[in-house]
Amino acid sequence: MSRSGFILAALAAFLWSVPSSAEAPAAEEIARKSHLAFFYAGEDLKVKIHMRLVTRDGKERLRDLTMLRKDVQEGGEQKYFICFHQPADVRDMTFMVWKYPGKDDDRWLYMPALKLVRRIAADDKRSSFAGSDFTYEDVSGRGLEEDVYALVREENLGGKVCDVVKSTPRAEKGADYNYKLSWIDRTTLLPLKEEYYDRQGNLARVFTADEVKEVQGFPTIVRRTMTNLQTGHKTEVVFEEVRYDLGLAADLFTERYLRSAPPEAK
Amino acid sequence: MSRSAPRVLFLGLLLSAGARGEEIPLHGFAQVNYAMRMAADLPEGWPARERDFLLGDERFQLEYTHASATGGFSTRLDLFHDAVEGAARLDLREAYLDLSAGKLDLRAGRQILTWGTGDLVFINDVFPKDWVAFLSGAPLEYLKLGVDALNLNLHPGPFAFQAVLIPFFAPDHTPTPDRLVFFNPFPPGTLAETLEPAPKRANIETAFRVYSTYRGYDLAFYAYRGFFRSPGARFDPDAGKATFFHPELGVYGASLQGALLNGLLALEGGLYDSCEDRDGSDPVVENSHLRFLAGYQRAFGADFTLGLQYYGERLRHYGAYQQVLPPGFPIRDQTRSYLTLRLTQFLKYQTLRLSLFFFYSPTEEDYYAIPEVRYSFSDALWGAIGGNLLGGKRDTSFFGQFDKNDNVYLTLRYGF
Repeated sequence: MSRSGFILAALAAFLWSVPSSAEAPAAEEIARKSHLAFFYAGEDLKVKIHMRLVTRDGKERLRDLTMLRKDVQEGGEQKYFICFHQPADVRDMTFMVWKYPGKDDDRWLYMPALKLVRRIAADDKRSSFAGSDFTYEDVSGRGLEEDVYALVREENLGGKVCDVVKSTPRAEKGADYNYKLSWIDRTTLLPLKEEYYDRQGNLARVFTADEVKEVQGFPTIVRRTMTNLQTGHKTEVVFEEVRYDLGLAADLFTERYLRSAPPEAK
Repeated sequence: MSRSAPRVLFLGLLLSAGARGEEIPLHGFAQVNYAMRMAADLPEGWPARERDFLLGDERFQLEYTHASATGGFSTRLDLFHDAVEGAARLDLREAYLDLSAGKLDLRAGRQILTWGTGDLVFINDVFPKDWVAFLSGAPLEYLKLGVDALNLNLHPGPFAFQAVLIPFFAPDHTPTPDRLVFFNPFPPGTLAETLEPAPKRANIETAFRVYSTYRGYDLAFYAYRGFFRSPGARFDPDAGKATFFHPELGVYGASLQGALLNGLLALEGGLYDSCEDRDGSDPVVENSHLRFLAGYQRAFGADFTLGLQYYGERLRHYGAYQQVLPPGFPIRDQTRSYLTLRLTQFLKYQTLRLSLFFFYSPTEEDYYAIPEVRYSFSDALWGAIGGNLLGGKRDTSFFGQFDKNDNVYLTLRYGF
């Protein structure tokens, strides 16, 4: 091999090993697997959710609800049914979401005092879920194809080996953050921590998985917190009575049960 | 078994439920709701002239609900004191039983019924409404009145069928001269008499809906046979008496709602068939007409929502209407149009809500604005301050006639 040939070959080898081309598929693969573990565990799910909304000065509000989820397609379309139990002004309110990848969700809200089913237009990337620090997207997941991923480093977080993945929205206005760092547990594939950075590069929100339990073989985050560092407001969420694979009927996610919540949602 | 046995058994069940420490699902709220008229110069001779307050309402609502897979019941009872009239009253807003068997649901009893896609605009929702409460600044839920009905729903497949039978006619609560000032075509001192459809088999109202959701689009067809809930009036000049009555009505319509251009589209239409005056020759019975609606709502950013609607009413026999209109009555356009705008902004983790609803009619040249600020002090306690502001070029038009009823209202509610 000539000298110049060797240099070219070395250059090619170097170019092939540039992180952006070599690691991007790996980062994307981690993000994809984590997305499935986090939002698509089991065929369906029933969970009682307690939310504690705390202001900077310690004022508390509570939300109690039951959430049902059914996957129409693994990694794709999903249906959600939510029945609020507390506080009084939202009690017996039900909320239904048909979630589609790559397209706006369909949302219905039922107001029991008026016996009214309303369609809701909402910006799920920014709108707060029930007045909490979680957006709709934080609750039901964000389209995988909306971000580009990069593997930043490997890090030990609380004794767990994690891949730190950076997700940057492809569209400039595709999210209310500039980029997000996720600490993804290599064993459970669940995010143990997430940091959301705003356009100025400041840390805006932090998600932490405070307790992970295995339920029917599925690692499940049963306690989590989202803290808004800019307002000092935080939301703590506890999952109770988590059940997977109940065989929820498809017709639970229709107007019939929106108007009269099924026993599964009580 | 003796006659008292079931009672003892019932008591025993209650006690055993209590002993097991089960929570008794008793809920409700305590509420104070005042509204003050802002307008001055009320016309002479109106009883409302003596009252600057439209609402002085202290209310306690109790709700008791129980549900299982096969059935349940729900009752909602309001105890309230009306300080404007100085009277205490009871209002059974809802009391119904639910029964579920497979694909069939039955709800029997006093219930609030709502369907259709309009935002404060009603086409196929023909169920009773309390316009007085709404105009006076009561919370939105008091716009709807309970009605005694059998409500049957069948869910055999992708389409669902609903049939509602209403044996006892319930009118809308329409403005009365003791609280509100509005256009009155009758001479002063006119006696008023109201005739309502009698509770007879022939007067059973029926309402049907066939509905489905296909690929996220809600589609529904509606049909109703019954009566106009707001009355017409026949005037007898010799007796000096106006007789209010509810003519027969049929309504047939459809609606569609679903995603469009990052927002939501709503379309609805209905034919109002005035059965007692099909050719439009009777001036005191409302003419047959078409009602149609196109609406769009969209969210911008985190907590701001915009809603727009166009709503129209087109008379079918305009020539006949013009011919028989009594002298002195204001003439309306063949098509009455309304535009509505709703702006909603949430702030402070949705504890603070600023909203504005605005009706404007380019044909009637009148308007109705409802600005409101609502704040949740805690999970249990919220308060709202708002206004009902009406006006127009003429004091005979739909909203224009209520010009003298502009009011500010205050609501405080503690829920449990």
